[in-house]
Amino acid sequence: MLAIETFGLEKTYTVGFWRKRPRCALRPLNLAVEEGEVFGYLGPNGAGKTTTLKLLMGLMFPTAGSAKILGLEISNPRVKAQIGFLPEQPYFYDYLTARELLEYYAQLSGVEARARSSRVAAVLERVGLADVSGVQLRKFSKGMLQRVGIAQAILHDPKVVFLDEPMSGLDPIGRREVRDLIESLKQEGKTVFFSTHILSDAEALCDRVAILHKGELRGIGVIADLTSSVRGKVEVMWQGGSIPPGIRSLGGECHLTGEMARCIIAEEQLDSAIDAVRRASLKLVSVTPVRATLEDYFVEKLSPAEAIAK
Amino acid sequence: MTRVTSIASNTFREAVRDRVLYNLIGFALLMMAASLLVGQISLGVERNVVINLGLTAVSLFGLVIAIFIGIGLVSKEIEKKTLYTILSRPVRRWEFILGKFGGLVATLVVNTFFMAIGIFAALFYLAHHFQKADAYLLVALYFVILQFVMITALALLFSSFSSPLLSAVFAFAVFIIGTFAQDLRGFAAMTHGAVGWLAVAAAYIVPNFAALNVIASVAHDQPVAGSLIFYNSLYALLYSAAVVAGAMLIFEHRNLK
Repeated sequence: MLAIETFGLEKTYTVGFWRKRPRCALRPLNLAVEEGEVFGYLGPNGAGKTTTLKLLMGLMFPTAGSAKILGLEISNPRVKAQIGFLPEQPYFYDYLTARELLEYYAQLSGVEARARSSRVAAVLERVGLADVSGVQLRKFSKGMLQRVGIAQAILHDPKVVFLDEPMSGLDPIGRREVRDLIESLKQEGKTVFFSTHILSDAEALCDRVAILHKGELRGIGVIADLTSSVRGKVEVMWQGGSIPPGIRSLGGECHLTGEMARCIIAEEQLDSAIDAVRRASLKLVSVTPVRATLEDYFVEKLSPAEAIAK
Repeated sequence: MTRVTSIASNTFREAVRDRVLYNLIGFALLMMAASLLVGQISLGVERNVVINLGLTAVSLFGLVIAIFIGIGLVSKEIEKKTLYTILSRPVRRWEFILGKFGGLVATLVVNTFFMAIGIFAALFYLAHHFQKADAYLLVALYFVILQFVMITALALLFSSFSSPLLSAVFAFAVFIIGTFAQDLRGFAAMTHGAVGWLAVAAAYIVPNFAALNVIASVAHDQPVAGSLIFYNSLYALLYSAAVVAGAMLIFEHRNLK
């Protein structure tokens, strides 16, 4: 069974006070996430990631289309018992202690009264907040609040966990801890759908990613497949202390260090580059393929030129 | 129902832990003390003055609490995004509204209870004993609570679609119009045509707080008719239920941006 499915999910806002006009936040989105997957939802700020999450959580209503979680329509109240959600930059009732907040959420999530205390204690231990469980949240740092956010998202043992920018505002150690936590959720067989614009996190954690830009899905798939689809580049290195005009005209990224020069160019320009090196009587040293990263794919999908071409 | 009571008890806990609420209670107690002072300098009418001032203070402070907490019940939760982690759980939107409403009403009832203790203590201080007419005060306090229930429902309704500032303006405006509801009804009876229809509609839409104000008669030790208690209870219940249902309906379709 699929964990998450969207069918032409779309959201258009009306903006303006006097002259109202539509602004499309999410173009028809068709997405399928398998159970047990860690799925990265990537895109720059304003791409429509949070809008998608809000639609899936039932916080907003779609203009068109529909979505299912674990085979149930998102409007079905039974869905909510099986999902956990961490909003971006979460804010909680700061007059409560971490334990009080989680007990409150446990009540709302339908965790049985006799299991509540032990469940809250276990989750606090898991996110490393057991020592400060009796401290009011107004005294918590941003990183600690993020941990509380993660604790409340997994408190009721959901099957699907949605995390909106879970690494946002965390220091490197905090980020590492969240990564470990996502990995452990995967090992428990849970589906994790998380949005981020930190590509290294996505590359390290995700089974699959989707790239969203200006409300439109630009790419989806396994990272290895996506990066292999990026137009290949090669690094050409030669000896001779100069960059011939024939190579400069190719528009590659060239560097000269003493006698050694190198230039990164598109794969299809390789023959022209080698010809230029030979014509200038320079000594060709090496030709090395450059491995495409998720960042390359991301940039390609987001580049204005590509957008215009589309 | 567990979810509604959980939300209500958390709303109550928030109000109790809110220092503004404590300050208001403290200020109300100060008003009670002032009423005692005025009572001592008002020969022969101490009881009347204490009841008048006491009930008016209970009413005004409760009103301020109802409006200022009521207008933030929904909008503050949206603004601070605390609502996101509530509504992403198996909580229906109407349950959230009902829980918030119940929590604030419970806060006001508890608040009124402690203020009532203050008034009765002041009366006991003056007469050194309780009298039968003191029981009429309980009816007046009950009517004050009915007003709080209605104004909380209205504040919640405004909060479900408007900003806190506008909600406060709307709620205060409706309270003031509602206080003069009898005059509005009198005006409606005198006018004809389209204006008459509009006046009648307005007279029946705004809450009739005038009917719930028995402070003057209670201060003069006059009993309140049983039928008035019955009809006022029914009116407040139906009016509040309709307004809360309206808030639920609006909130049910609201996009939380």
